[in-house]
Amino acid sequence: MRNFKAGSIHNWRLLSLLLVVACGAAPTMIAVPQLGAPKEDLLALSGEIGRPGGRLVVSLRAEPKTLDPVLATDAPSREVIAAMQADLVHINRATQLTEPALAKSVKVSSDGLQYTVTLRQGLRFSDGKPLDADDVLFTFRVYLDESVHSPQRDLLIVGGKPINVRKLDARTLVFEFAKPYGVGDRVFDGLAILPRHLLEKPYQEGKMEQIGMLSTPANQWAGLGPFRLKEYVAGQRLILERNPYYWKTDTKGSRLPYLDELVFLFVPSADAQVLRFQSGDTDVISGLGAENFSVLSRQKTGYTLADAGPGLEYNFLFFNLNDLSGKAASELAKKQRWFREVRFRQAVSAAVDREALVRLVYQGRGAALWGPVTPGNRRWVDAKIAHQPRSLDQARQLLREAGFKWTSGASGDSALLDAEGNPVEFSILTSSSNADRMKMSTLIQDDLKQLGMRVQVVPLEFRSLVDRVMQTKEYDACVLGLVSFDADPNSDMTVWLSSGGTHLWNPSQAHPATPWESEIDRLMEEQLTVTSYEQRKRLYDRVQEILAEFQPMIFLASPNILVAARNTIGNFHPAVVESYVLWNVEQLYVRSGAGRSGR
Amino acid sequence: MTERGKLAKWLVVLGALHGVIACAGFFAPYDPLEQDRERPYAPPMKLHFRDAQGRFHTRPFFYPLRMREGSFDQYDEDIVRAMPLKFFADGSNYKLLGLVPSHLHLFGASRARICLLGTDGYGRDQFSRILYGGQVSLLAGLLGAGVTLLFGLGIGTAAGYYGGWRDEVLMRLTELFLALPWLYMLLGLRAFLPLSLSPLEAFLLIVIVIGLVGWARPARLIRGVVLSAKERDFVRAARGFGAPDGYLLLRHVLPETSSVLLTQAAILIPQYVLAEMTLSFLGLGVPEPQASWGNLLANLQQYSVLMSYWWMYLPAVAMVPFFLGYLGLASALQEWANPHKWK
Repeated sequence: MRNFKAGSIHNWRLLSLLLVVACGAAPTMIAVPQLGAPKEDLLALSGEIGRPGGRLVVSLRAEPKTLDPVLATDAPSREVIAAMQADLVHINRATQLTEPALAKSVKVSSDGLQYTVTLRQGLRFSDGKPLDADDVLFTFRVYLDESVHSPQRDLLIVGGKPINVRKLDARTLVFEFAKPYGVGDRVFDGLAILPRHLLEKPYQEGKMEQIGMLSTPANQWAGLGPFRLKEYVAGQRLILERNPYYWKTDTKGSRLPYLDELVFLFVPSADAQVLRFQSGDTDVISGLGAENFSVLSRQKTGYTLADAGPGLEYNFLFFNLNDLSGKAASELAKKQRWFREVRFRQAVSAAVDREALVRLVYQGRGAALWGPVTPGNRRWVDAKIAHQPRSLDQARQLLREAGFKWTSGASGDSALLDAEGNPVEFSILTSSSNADRMKMSTLIQDDLKQLGMRVQVVPLEFRSLVDRVMQTKEYDACVLGLVSFDADPNSDMTVWLSSGGTHLWNPSQAHPATPWESEIDRLMEEQLTVTSYEQRKRLYDRVQEILAEFQPMIFLASPNILVAARNTIGNFHPAVVESYVLWNVEQLYVRSGAGRSGR
Repeated sequence: MTERGKLAKWLVVLGALHGVIACAGFFAPYDPLEQDRERPYAPPMKLHFRDAQGRFHTRPFFYPLRMREGSFDQYDEDIVRAMPLKFFADGSNYKLLGLVPSHLHLFGASRARICLLGTDGYGRDQFSRILYGGQVSLLAGLLGAGVTLLFGLGIGTAAGYYGGWRDEVLMRLTELFLALPWLYMLLGLRAFLPLSLSPLEAFLLIVIVIGLVGWARPARLIRGVVLSAKERDFVRAARGFGAPDGYLLLRHVLPETSSVLLTQAAILIPQYVLAEMTLSFLGLGVPEPQASWGNLLANLQQYSVLMSYWWMYLPAVAMVPFFLGYLGLASALQEWANPHKWK
């Protein structure tokens, strides 16, 4: 359920949904009659007319684990799959609104329980085989099959029952929901339609885990996306080539994508990616840190830098609130008495200098957070949550009320003691590969020192950190970040539900441990089945307010989405959600005169 | 210059250098942990003697830095506000040599911070951090060398003096130690240690680690010296008169090793300072926010720091005089111990 990338846990049931308003320059869709090819129902995209040909080189932090859209959870896989697959309805990453994709139309019944989907006519997979309703039926059978363990399955269970899919004719299907679904047709985004002619056999033989390997021969893999598999060189690169059967055109009617090739290089570190970009090995770079962004802006030659504004990543500090009775080391139990005290958490929050975090960690290219919804998510952020400035006085007041006291320590600084006289000391885990969060932790350490708390920062390799937080639960506190794939609150369902696997401070509870967690559970379940935006917003606002009051996570800051592209790349319109630069890869093109041959 | 004179010269140089580091609290204007969040990555500030009107001042002064509007790390000197440098200024509390509480600093300024070597990403004074960081790195080097020589002496003496199977076992053991890929083992070792180590624990750990890793070479050297010393005529004579092993070792054999030990110490200390820097650079040393030369340099692992802020390299320059001093001392020691060889 998590996506690992650059040291963040990417929260991943998010696929669907997105709302947030974003920058202009968003291509909108216009139906253009296809005079020349009446049997093909193509989709015409507005936007700059590009030049066919050329290749685009992009770096990935790791090799994709799989090409199979049913099982992929890691960010590199998802990025590659997005370029090779297509869904029935797609969320436009720039406008964040849904648009029909493989589906020509989606009709919703008045009770909200039935969606009638009509497919475009004459569509073909990248191997030339036609698409029909049976492929869609097969696709949903696979996603819903429990033995396949697709992470998307949970999204397709509404009101406790899986979605029912029926075929009306070769191009029409009916999707039936047990309850109205709050997200509407966003549910279809990210559910890639699978080629039945290639996958039915392995599926029936129970070999779904073996498909989609990077070493799959190119002629045995197909999708409906703009690119198809060409070549994979282990440890170095993955080359995709233009899908000649792709179903989108530009306004002049030429078939997209423009690019002949899309090349993914595997470049493991952020710094190395910057170097490869500077040296001209890659054409675009996304997920830049603020510091590398300013390095690039200082020696800018031949490329354009873009600050797309606040994204959907939220970073936070949380304490170990797991119920560890039985195996709890008494040392941790003692500390948990502080962590469970709401006023202690509120005091920590009041003492954190969020402005300094944004200035020193993100060089001002970010936003301070008091709740989980970033300012980038304008449609869902709760404007009523107070942006309290840092106040050590208030923090001391809260601690005093909670029975803490101070004593003057050996070196003249005052040390904070709890009611039993134990000094308040704890450690904060942070991912050693994420320089931003290391820096945040060091700043928080200094902030809390001023309250008399002795905090140690423990950098840990990301996987062992996740292991401690999710499995062994041997930690005091941790600084981590989550990236929502979509702006809709559903994307963070597993974070806020007390039974959720990403409910980080106390994951997968059998029963909510506190009244406020059970209140959040109720609100989140309710917003799932309410269809009006206003009602859902009201419910989710309440969730944000409860989180801001009880501070199970002390929200810190959110970085802006920083990207860069060579000036030769046309139609470069970065979005604030993944995949930041490649979301409109079918429209990206290489301007003429930019010869890149011979690489 | 006589051998003794050269030796004295190097000892004075090293003594002075170590004195500055040992009294870091006095020479550093600020607490090394104090952050100035308004001035991250400020470049080294210049001391001026001549003001904007061209007048000469005997007391140096500086202009405080002002961040350029809309930038993150670009600063201009605020030439309207000249700040005189104060000597023997009042400042943050510290303990001289870890004992004497004081708040007197060699220099400082009232209303603005003077950062001679710039600041790091948290606005901490780089000059103060280099001085304090030197305490950790040098002490780790000195103690580590002490541990190594103690082990090397014990094992080398036992092997050389007793010989036979004991010699065989101990020398094979030293060869094993020389053959192990230490750096990788240490990186692996960290995974088995408790999650959070206090700065003191981390420091002791690093001393023990670098002390234990390096004993093999000095042990072999000392074994050689002991082997030849125990065959000397006066030692044989003493043995012939029935002197016990303990007496022979203490009285006749070990004194022979003293010059080797001293020279080894002078060579090992800078090596071990470097070892501390390497381990801290890789994140195995004292944790943030404490400074050591190694973790100060660890900032350079970030490409952006490497490219943008040259003053972050200065901790590497700080160790150069110490290294030259110790190498000078080592050769002076050799001349002093074996004057006839050098004439």
